[in-house]
Amino acid sequence: MKLQDMYQEIILDHYRNPHGRGLREPFDAEVHHVNPTCGDEVTLRVKVDGDTLTDVSYEGMGCSISQASVSAMYDLVVGRSVQDALATGDDFMKLMQAKGDQAVADELEDSLEDAVAFAGVSKYPARIKCALMSWMALKDASARAWGGPAA
Amino acid sequence: MTATAPRSTTERAPLPLDVAAVRADFPILGRSVRDGKPLVYLDSGATSQKPRQVLDAERWFYENVNAAPHRGAHALAEEATEAYEAARATIASFIGGQPDEVVFTRNSTEAINLVAYAMSNAVTAKEPEFRRYAVGQGDEVVVTEMEHHANLVPWQQLCERTGATLRWLGLTDDGRLDLSDLDTVVNERTKLVTVTQQSNILGTMPPLQPIIERAHAVGALVMVDGAQSVPHQPVDVAALGADFLVFSGHKMLGPTGVGVLWGRAEVLAALPPFLTGGSMIEVVRMEGSTFAPPPQRFEAGVPMTAQVIGLAAACDYLTALGMENVLAHEEALTEYALAELQAIPGVTVIGPVDTVARGGAISFTVEGIHPHDVGQVLDDQGIAVRVGHHCAWPVVRRYGVPATTRATFYVHTGYDDVDALVEGVRHAQRFFGVDTQVEEAR
Ligand SMILES: Cc1ncc(COP(=O)(O)O)c(C=O)c1O
Repeated sequence: MKLQDMYQEIILDHYRNPHGRGLREPFDAEVHHVNPTCGDEVTLRVKVDGDTLTDVSYEGMGCSISQASVSAMYDLVVGRSVQDALATGDDFMKLMQAKGDQAVADELEDSLEDAVAFAGVSKYPARIKCALMSWMALKDASARAWGGPAA
Repeated sequence: MTATAPRSTTERAPLPLDVAAVRADFPILGRSVRDGKPLVYLDSGATSQKPRQVLDAERWFYENVNAAPHRGAHALAEEATEAYEAARATIASFIGGQPDEVVFTRNSTEAINLVAYAMSNAVTAKEPEFRRYAVGQGDEVVVTEMEHHANLVPWQQLCERTGATLRWLGLTDDGRLDLSDLDTVVNERTKLVTVTQQSNILGTMPPLQPIIERAHAVGALVMVDGAQSVPHQPVDVAALGADFLVFSGHKMLGPTGVGVLWGRAEVLAALPPFLTGGSMIEVVRMEGSTFAPPPQRFEAGVPMTAQVIGLAAACDYLTALGMENVLAHEEALTEYALAELQAIPGVTVIGPVDTVARGGAISFTVEGIHPHDVGQVLDDQGIAVRVGHHCAWPVVRRYGVPATTRATFYVHTGYDDVDALVEGVRHAQRFFGVDTQVEEAR
């Protein structure tokens, strides 16, 4: 098990130069999620037009994994339908449960694009929550934007 | 990995403890982690490792004596009771207290909750003698901003249950307790003041004497959280003068699942029970029950007998090393580690930067690298530290950092462990590419 498996260059790039960062108007729902074991936080807003996620904006503080994850998520979901975005989130969850299984990562590559680089994180149970936090926030915010209670 | 490490010039004071001999008592320190790296355990503040003597004591109990103490009259039950009470006496004398003043709990957290719940149970107690320490509207409970969540949340909850008001002493910029408003924060409305003897995140040892004196002058009880002090320094409850002291077995070489509430005899006598059931009663009738005197009143159910025996073995182990030596040992390591860590560009120590009134918990940040990532790189080299808010969220908030990396020392720690930590931090800086550009990072 190598540290580089977790800290892929793509992940470090997203961490150093996050995509879509900053809270923007207009938005339909805003959520604040924390990881109570480590204090990582993200505030995330979604703007939904029809069933399209037209913007996801965020501010947060946390480790490289949590910050890179939200940046990679931004690339993946903006402009997609809410259903597609949530399905992608389910794929990301599958990747996080794969315990580093390369076959799972290969299978999810088309769906997750850059975010498949987080496969290495799934070997470190303590860090999986860091990677998942933004996806949980997205699910929550999307549910609220659609008027329903948090999923 | 060591190629670029500049040789340290920091002086190494001779260590009072024979690290090699002590290490030989800890089986786990012989193992490796993460593909064969020798384990460097710098997380004793979270929980300590256990010497063979403690493990043997527990095994001895289960293999030879096991029975429920204070129940039944068969031979094993008698021996188990005797062993359990002998262990209580050992543990009491370790802190200079009387056996009847030692109550076994699951850990410090439960010991603190025991007192907090007893104080709200006092409000509705049918026995007049149990109402002495009742709290309610108009009363105040005082904590500090450096408390572990275990010594903060139970008091917030007590205040919510009873209508009392929570107040607190703040912190200074250099990581000390701010006593400038002690006389206003602790006043005639104060019912209880609770304060840590050693901060688990900053390492600070706050001055307890002025706090205890002021609290007693206004008639308030004082609790001292000894979770990080009892394992690391001599503590004598008679000299201390507080009303309660709590600590956890697992942080002082003892087993998990056993903690201690020490309480002044006359204070314990006036507190109603927290948990009720078997063992803690005097007479039980369908209409109602009366309760045993302390400590039994606070020990409902079959206790963690083997763990108590193990904790007594831990006390014996520490007594043999000498708590003065343990303190001096960690002080020497702390002095060295503070100098070495602060010599790394980009490293900031959160907490006192000298060894005056300071224990061996060293929290730090590394510019440009989140504490989790620092911890991950250290872990990859076999170095176990803690990262996060260390269950003292208000403290990290107070110092404007999201989290810290924390190293803690104990009786088996040597200069090599500190060197591994320092080199590990430098390695993290190289790994994340912030070693040459510390200034413009982030
Ligand atoms: C200062 C302090 N108080 C209380 C506690 C709670 O101890 P336990 O988790 O054993 O109940 C801790 C544990 O980290 C601590 O460091």
